[in-house]
Amino acid sequence: MQSKWWNVPILLFLGLVSLPLVVMCLFQVIDVFTVRAVGSLLPQGVTFEHFRFLWQPVDQGRAGFWPVLGNTLVFACTTALLVTALSVTSAYALSRLSFPGRRFFLAGLLVLHAFPTITLIIAIFLILQMLGLYDSLLGLIFVKVALELPFGVWIMKGFYDTVPWEIEMAGVQDGASRGYVWWVLVLPQVQPGLMAILVFSFLSGWSEFILPLVLAPGSGAQVLATYMAALIIDDTRPDFDLFKAVGLVYALPVVVLYLTFQKSLMNIYGGGSKG
Amino acid sequence: MQIDLINFSKNFGQTRVIEDMNLTIKSGEMIALLGPSGCGKSTTLLSICGIHRLSGGKVLFGGKAVEHLAPQDRNVGVVFQNYALYPHMTIAENIAFPLKIRRMDRAACQAAVEAIARMVRITELLARRPAELSGGQQQRVALARALVRQPDVLLLDEPLANLDAKLRLDMRSEIRRLQQESGLTAILVTHDQIEAMSMCDRIALMDRGRIVQVAQPMELYHHPKNRFVADFIGTPPISIVPAQALGQTAGEKSVGGDVYEWGVRPEFFGPQHGTGVQGKINYVEQQGREDLVDVVLDGGALLRSLQPGGCYIAGQQVNWGLAHEGLLAFDYKGDRL
Repeated sequence: MQSKWWNVPILLFLGLVSLPLVVMCLFQVIDVFTVRAVGSLLPQGVTFEHFRFLWQPVDQGRAGFWPVLGNTLVFACTTALLVTALSVTSAYALSRLSFPGRRFFLAGLLVLHAFPTITLIIAIFLILQMLGLYDSLLGLIFVKVALELPFGVWIMKGFYDTVPWEIEMAGVQDGASRGYVWWVLVLPQVQPGLMAILVFSFLSGWSEFILPLVLAPGSGAQVLATYMAALIIDDTRPDFDLFKAVGLVYALPVVVLYLTFQKSLMNIYGGGSKG
Repeated sequence: MQIDLINFSKNFGQTRVIEDMNLTIKSGEMIALLGPSGCGKSTTLLSICGIHRLSGGKVLFGGKAVEHLAPQDRNVGVVFQNYALYPHMTIAENIAFPLKIRRMDRAACQAAVEAIARMVRITELLARRPAELSGGQQQRVALARALVRQPDVLLLDEPLANLDAKLRLDMRSEIRRLQQESGLTAILVTHDQIEAMSMCDRIALMDRGRIVQVAQPMELYHHPKNRFVADFIGTPPISIVPAQALGQTAGEKSVGGDVYEWGVRPEFFGPQHGTGVQGKINYVEQQGREDLVDVVLDGGALLRSLQPGGCYIAGQQVNWGLAHEGLLAFDYKGDRL
């Protein structure tokens, strides 16, 4: 690295630009653990008062934090598992098998991938109502899985496409059935993609806001995103510190997941090739 | 085990890739399917091992029809061009995979893997993974995996195409040795005539989905059935010139029928065969021990000659002769007279 001094101004510039982000994150963390008088910058004392939602209901007549967290976990985990299971299998079919309508499905995937889902919300609302799944976690999961699938299938197909045909032929030739070949020989090759889909769809489910807001407004199927929104919806007496505290708890799993799975998430952009 | 292809044909959609092929491969024989790319040789191979379904005809292994059997039930060992090793398994696991599928018990499996590893000389690599191996070593592993379950037939799909020149030379004799030691019937698909000629008992030369000629390598070289075979076999390639270009000199050779073209291999033209053909050296390609000399005849036709290195330079006028016994005569349809 002979041109090291070149990096200094670049680093300085990047540091300056990202300063607002750092300040925001800093105050997010500082504020939730301290008391601060209105208008002052410096905190006056340490408190856990803002985390009171963890042990007492914030408000009468609203769901407590823990059931809502449970809902969010169930919603995100089920979505992630279903999306992964469905995309891993259907992407294999799209990548390897020739069946009637394959081109149609591929084209459909691309269209749905880029489709603004919000335009479908009224139709989805009506369908859920008809099925009796409106305002239920199950309905929410169905919708989320359906909307996440095109992305998952498309990514997984990219991974399958990089696995050489000959590996499967060799497996079949060695006496294994197609199913066994897929499970034992092909799946390990696309495992980074599988991990990425799993994590991505979990995060996407975890942070979903619009769908629960519209399709499950009751307290029974509330998730964290809508729980937070409800906290500040009454703008006569907003409690921003409480809001920030919930936000911190809400963001924690996301940060942990990103840190843990950084590498497999980056794989998606690498197109699935190894190295 | 003897293999018979009877009226074998294969279509992909509307495209006819293989047409009515008939071929018998004797037990213990190694035969090459040789031809330019796109001639259907790989398709033939994949149909024999069962990955492609036939569109018509029969495939017999030892007299038994196998065309309706799934690839898993045919007991055919295949070595693919890119070796198709399983990247997430060690070499030992790779070789043991076919045995594991057959539920062989652990001890017998290990013994078989070690025996085959000794045979292909990769004993010290068993604990590694495919990515840590060189091309030649991967090739040996692929061979070991194909051989370990004692197949009836060994199919090799361009096995040497991904190796560098020096290694290719070693692996040619190595594969031949393994085939002869195991006494397997083997089919080698290749577009490289040297590979086919040096490794195989017989060569089936294919062109556009048909077998043009099946013969032993030297037979194919000296007695090609037609112009295509003569042109395809032999490096440096044969020179094919219009009949009148050689005039009286070649006319002394008597053949039955009207000669349309003559085929002259480089070793049958030169000063060592007398005189009679006049021309000018156009280009000398130095190959080390020998030079390939391009001679443009007075009529404009081009003949090539192999000469000892460093004797000739471009621009020289020459008067060289032909070895009549080596001349090949073709009629207007391209068949040899």
